[in-house]
Amino acid sequence: ERICTHLQPPTSLQQVSDIISTVEFNHTGKLLATGDKGGRVVIFQQEIENKNQPQFRSEYNVYSTFQSHEPEFDYLKSLEIEEKINKIRWLPQKNAAQFLLSTNDKTIKLWKISERDKRPEGYNLKEEDGCYKDPNTITSLRVPVLIPMDLMVEASPRRVFANAHTYHINSISVNSDNETYLSADDLRINLWHLEITDRSFNIVDIKPANMEELTEVITAAEFHPHQCNTFVYSSSKGTIRLCDMRASALCDKHSKLFEEPEDPSNRSFFSEIISSISDVKFSHNGRYMMTRDYLSVKIWDLNMENRPVETYQVHEYLRSKLCSLYENDCIFDKFECCWNGNDSVVMTGSYNNFFRMFDRGQRRDVTLEASRENSKPMQVLKPRKVCAGGKRKKDEISVDSLDFNKKILHTAWHPQDNIIAVATTNNLYIFQDKVN
Amino acid sequence: MSEEVEGTRTLDEQQEMEDKVISPEKAEEAKLKARYPNLAPKHGGSDFLRKRLQKGQKYFDSGDYNMAKAKMKNKQLPSAPTEKTEITGDHIPTPQDLPQRKTSIVASKLAG
Repeated sequence: ERICTHLQPPTSLQQVSDIISTVEFNHTGKLLATGDKGGRVVIFQQEIENKNQPQFRSEYNVYSTFQSHEPEFDYLKSLEIEEKINKIRWLPQKNAAQFLLSTNDKTIKLWKISERDKRPEGYNLKEEDGCYKDPNTITSLRVPVLIPMDLMVEASPRRVFANAHTYHINSISVNSDNETYLSADDLRINLWHLEITDRSFNIVDIKPANMEELTEVITAAEFHPHQCNTFVYSSSKGTIRLCDMRASALCDKHSKLFEEPEDPSNRSFFSEIISSISDVKFSHNGRYMMTRDYLSVKIWDLNMENRPVETYQVHEYLRSKLCSLYENDCIFDKFECCWNGNDSVVMTGSYNNFFRMFDRGQRRDVTLEASRENSKPMQVLKPRKVCAGGKRKKDEISVDSLDFNKKILHTAWHPQDNIIAVATTNNLYIFQDKVN
Repeated sequence: MSEEVEGTRTLDEQQEMEDKVISPEKAEEAKLKARYPNLAPKHGGSDFLRKRLQKGQKYFDSGDYNMAKAKMKNKQLPSAPTEKTEITGDHIPTPQDLPQRKTSIVASKLAG
């Protein structure tokens, strides 16, 4: 499986009105959901031209838009609750409707997205415009019929899972059992049943008895793709804990602890900050997991806890810029990462609207840019190169001219095909691999 | 575009760069300490984490609240502010600021 360096310019370029905060394909890849800072969810649907030809081009067009979360103010705790959508996770499709979970800092909601292409006509008691008829004028009985209508896509909230998190939710993950899901905040992880909103089980609690002793927080959590009893959570200290829910009700004690040993002589003020894991994702085959810290992507074999099996440098040239990045808070940016469908390539974002792909088998990597100016029609995306120092070659970009406000935090890969979604601040780029 | 490159360095700068390469993090740490001599020696302590956990904390002041309400009476109902600013008397949210929870939204038709 070759790395897709032959990405064509965006088949779709969608401008979202607010800052994109999450991007997620559904299980077939036909739908792509984005959440934004304003609490809105926009779902795009794949439309394929020339379906029967190998060189198909797919476009993603707006399918549904809805307001998922609103800003709230918790008067009791004097806490302002942002409406920003932190994560969206799709449920596997069970019937004609689609379901997704969306969450802000405090509340998770289950949304049903359904299509309506028929409407009833011929009511006995109502006129076509909805007004009630005078019953005295009705002399006969008829059966209303369903007639075709223009397709309408409706989104309705089916469940609201609230009041279970004191701290800010950073992750949600649907279990492979399709009945439960977990939600994780800075200090706790809860297990929910999709049908039950008034109860939730706490399965991890790392809050110390004395908050002065707090040394680390939970940064991400995910269920294993096949083993419904297994989940992992990552921490701000660069560790990942794998937990088995069969072992005990409260999984404070991990089954496995993944941590790469650090050379104490290399330790600096920044060491802990840049080791904080911003994302953790299991591979599709369930044998590996990938973590993203500030400067690198690491692949871990679930059977080996003491070090990752692969490490990829995303933007090592930033190591000599840590002081400035600390001052402008960029060092706290939370980049996500994702696997391609067959786990051969991983992708993550960087600054200057760059994103990186690492081909694990071929040991090749590429830096690409998501920007309108650099996307010419009929031309594949040109790889980029950052010059860390010394002589800068033509077409290279020097570290000092990188725009740190243009960050790609959220990327997603189609579950089967070489189609990727890359979110810049408020543009969503969808690239497709060119088939020769 | 000219092919002249920026960043050609003198020998001294080259040596400095090599030193940095040996421990770029430590060099950056030294830079930070030079700029902020009072910075805590170890980052990641509980102070930082606790601040992080308290994100979004705004303190309710009944005086500010009532003043804001009084101001609202003289104006038309404002639409929900798009930007959250630092808390002042003007920005304490009042019940009018917080939009009512909407019922389910029927979204746009599928692009034909």
